[in-house]
Amino acid sequence: MMSDLTVPLGTVVCPAPYPALDRVQLGHGSGGKLSAALLRERFLPLLGNEVLIQGADAAVLPTGMGEIALSTDTFVVQPVEFPGGNIGSLAVHGTLNDVAMMGGRPRYLTVGFVLEEGLPFEVLDRVVEAMARSAEEARVLVVAGDTKVVERGKADGLYVNTTGVGLVDPGFRPAPSRATPGDVVLLSGPIGRHGMAIMAAREGLAFEAEILSDSACLVPLVELLRDAVGADVHVLRDPTRGGVASALNEIARASGVGVELEEAAIPVPVAVDAACEMLGLDPLYVANEGVLLAMVPAAAADAGLAALRSHPLGSGAAAVGRVVGKHPGMVSLSTAIGGSRVVDMLPGDQLPRIC
Amino acid sequence: MKYLSEYRDGEVARGLIAHIRRTATRPWVLMEVCGGQTHTIVRQGLSELLGGAVEMIHGPGCPVCVTPLEQIDKALRLASDPGVIFTSFGDMLRVPGSECDLLQIRARGGQVRVVYSPLDALDLATRNPDKQVVFFAVGFETTAPANAMAVWRARQLGVRNFSILVSHVTVPPAMMAILSAPGNRVQGFLAAGHVCTVMGWTEYEPIAERYRVPIIVTGFEPLDILEGILLAVRQLEEGRHEVENQYVRAVRRQGTLPARDLVSKVFRLVDRKWRGIGEIPQSGLGLREEYADFDAEYRFGLEAMEVSEPAECCAGEVLKGRLKPFECPAFGGRCTPEHPLGAPMVSSEGACAAYYNYGRFRESKVRTAAAGATE
Repeated sequence: MMSDLTVPLGTVVCPAPYPALDRVQLGHGSGGKLSAALLRERFLPLLGNEVLIQGADAAVLPTGMGEIALSTDTFVVQPVEFPGGNIGSLAVHGTLNDVAMMGGRPRYLTVGFVLEEGLPFEVLDRVVEAMARSAEEARVLVVAGDTKVVERGKADGLYVNTTGVGLVDPGFRPAPSRATPGDVVLLSGPIGRHGMAIMAAREGLAFEAEILSDSACLVPLVELLRDAVGADVHVLRDPTRGGVASALNEIARASGVGVELEEAAIPVPVAVDAACEMLGLDPLYVANEGVLLAMVPAAAADAGLAALRSHPLGSGAAAVGRVVGKHPGMVSLSTAIGGSRVVDMLPGDQLPRIC
Repeated sequence: MKYLSEYRDGEVARGLIAHIRRTATRPWVLMEVCGGQTHTIVRQGLSELLGGAVEMIHGPGCPVCVTPLEQIDKALRLASDPGVIFTSFGDMLRVPGSECDLLQIRARGGQVRVVYSPLDALDLATRNPDKQVVFFAVGFETTAPANAMAVWRARQLGVRNFSILVSHVTVPPAMMAILSAPGNRVQGFLAAGHVCTVMGWTEYEPIAERYRVPIIVTGFEPLDILEGILLAVRQLEEGRHEVENQYVRAVRRQGTLPARDLVSKVFRLVDRKWRGIGEIPQSGLGLREEYADFDAEYRFGLEAMEVSEPAECCAGEVLKGRLKPFECPAFGGRCTPEHPLGAPMVSSEGACAAYYNYGRFRESKVRTAAAGATE
């Protein structure tokens, strides 16, 4: 009986038969529990292997001359141009960041475009320019590509897929399964900017201060962490879809550890906080495209933090919590006023509250 | 940030909590009426911090939770109609109807859109003259003025393809239903600040008098709620039962008169079913005769529906404050936010979802301790 009561409820498999969903919902793309179920129930049983089941941002693969990290991502963001970037810069940053989170030094990218009939060339040109600029900044080459055009109405302007390849240093192998009790959780900057910038642009919501997407290449931050902390960087993760909360839940489950967050230590920009408050959203679940989470032993935390803060992208870095041995698979948070609560994964997308 | 961080100050909160614990000579039982307040209490872990000085019972003030199943089923039917664009606030989309929810209807091709205001839905109607646009008008007195405005404007502009599916409820009759229910434990209320921003608090004066309970008009930030609790505890300790206003930065005694005028111009009091609670006389708002054209039930000829709730769901007992969410046998097992059996598991304002999302760790500690103690 007692063991029943102490198991974190999120991990209990329900025995009751549910009316199963018979088709894809938007929530399956949210990065929350429905996304996880899609992988677990529909993809991994048929496509899974020892690499894929690791569920990391990028696959680390052996080659004759060391290991490479490989990651692919598809971008369907609407609107394609948003404050702080466009689908081109995002498609480069997103994939390179995933390669970097597994310790890879990104080298090459492939790009696939799905273009909708009628897309103005001026939009396409701006997207490709942003892509070129971002690739150049990260010193990666676009080495293969593909283009398809579909009839008007079959795509929202354009979709982009990118695949990135990087070289992995043997001595630097962060992975979501390596979080260890005692580790400190570092966050490289203020959260929630990308998600709220997109939402404001999409819904035509005007806030007092414009929120810019944080979309950025995180490779320089990873290099600085590697130089300062080296092999002691246990976990790196860019909390994109589903935000910091979902990323930490995935890590907690992959490593079989608990995570304790300090609400007061988590940097949330004033404008993001206000916009979330207005819409009834929680910034912990809002997407980021230019911040990373790192887990390092307590002894290396100061060095790691100093390394992050030495770069403009990491100037707002903070230690936001710790990895603990209790409540494995679960993320808890001490609130600013001294209470505590669970920070779970969401089922699907965050739904704005009524009032 | 102005109006946000000031009301979340940890130092002040600790001071208020100490004050409440010093003032209470016995454990008092208070109910916060509004789901937004429940959300804050559970999200901030306030109950734990109060350390038994005050027990908070979560009230029925989550509009998502109390919208009756037949109205959800009507929404699902309308949303399945290819000629209809069905619009709603976001958190109604995952509320389970008899067979599915609005998200599933959308996946099957229904046109379901999230809007942030009923006026956006009206705008959608003017831009899509070949479609019928229906807005799901749920909520308490807080959302009523905007919904009234949308209907009033639609009539002014002569928009023929806009209507609302009404499921409005009002707070005072629910409070009286709770106070007069057998086995009631509630000794004082934190009234819903935003409802009172619209309506003021004169309606609560006879309730405080008749049932001899303090009623504190209270805001939604942690410090608002703690101050509201302190005012209620003080009244209880001194044997007073008055309506007091904690939320002075937003609420005046008469409320907001233009909003009240508009609401009474467009809506009238009707009997209304509350999900999990049952029918409460004169507890809802329906459209007045002269606005009947904008009533989706009338326009689409929707008839009364026979519905049955999942037998296992204890939502009614939770909404009446007789059961804590985690005391329900289905909680967290067969009923989760991914697979809700009842509406309180859906909205983050719903008591069950608030406990599931934010309270499980604490409850599992409590339960583990309890299990350990009995061994």
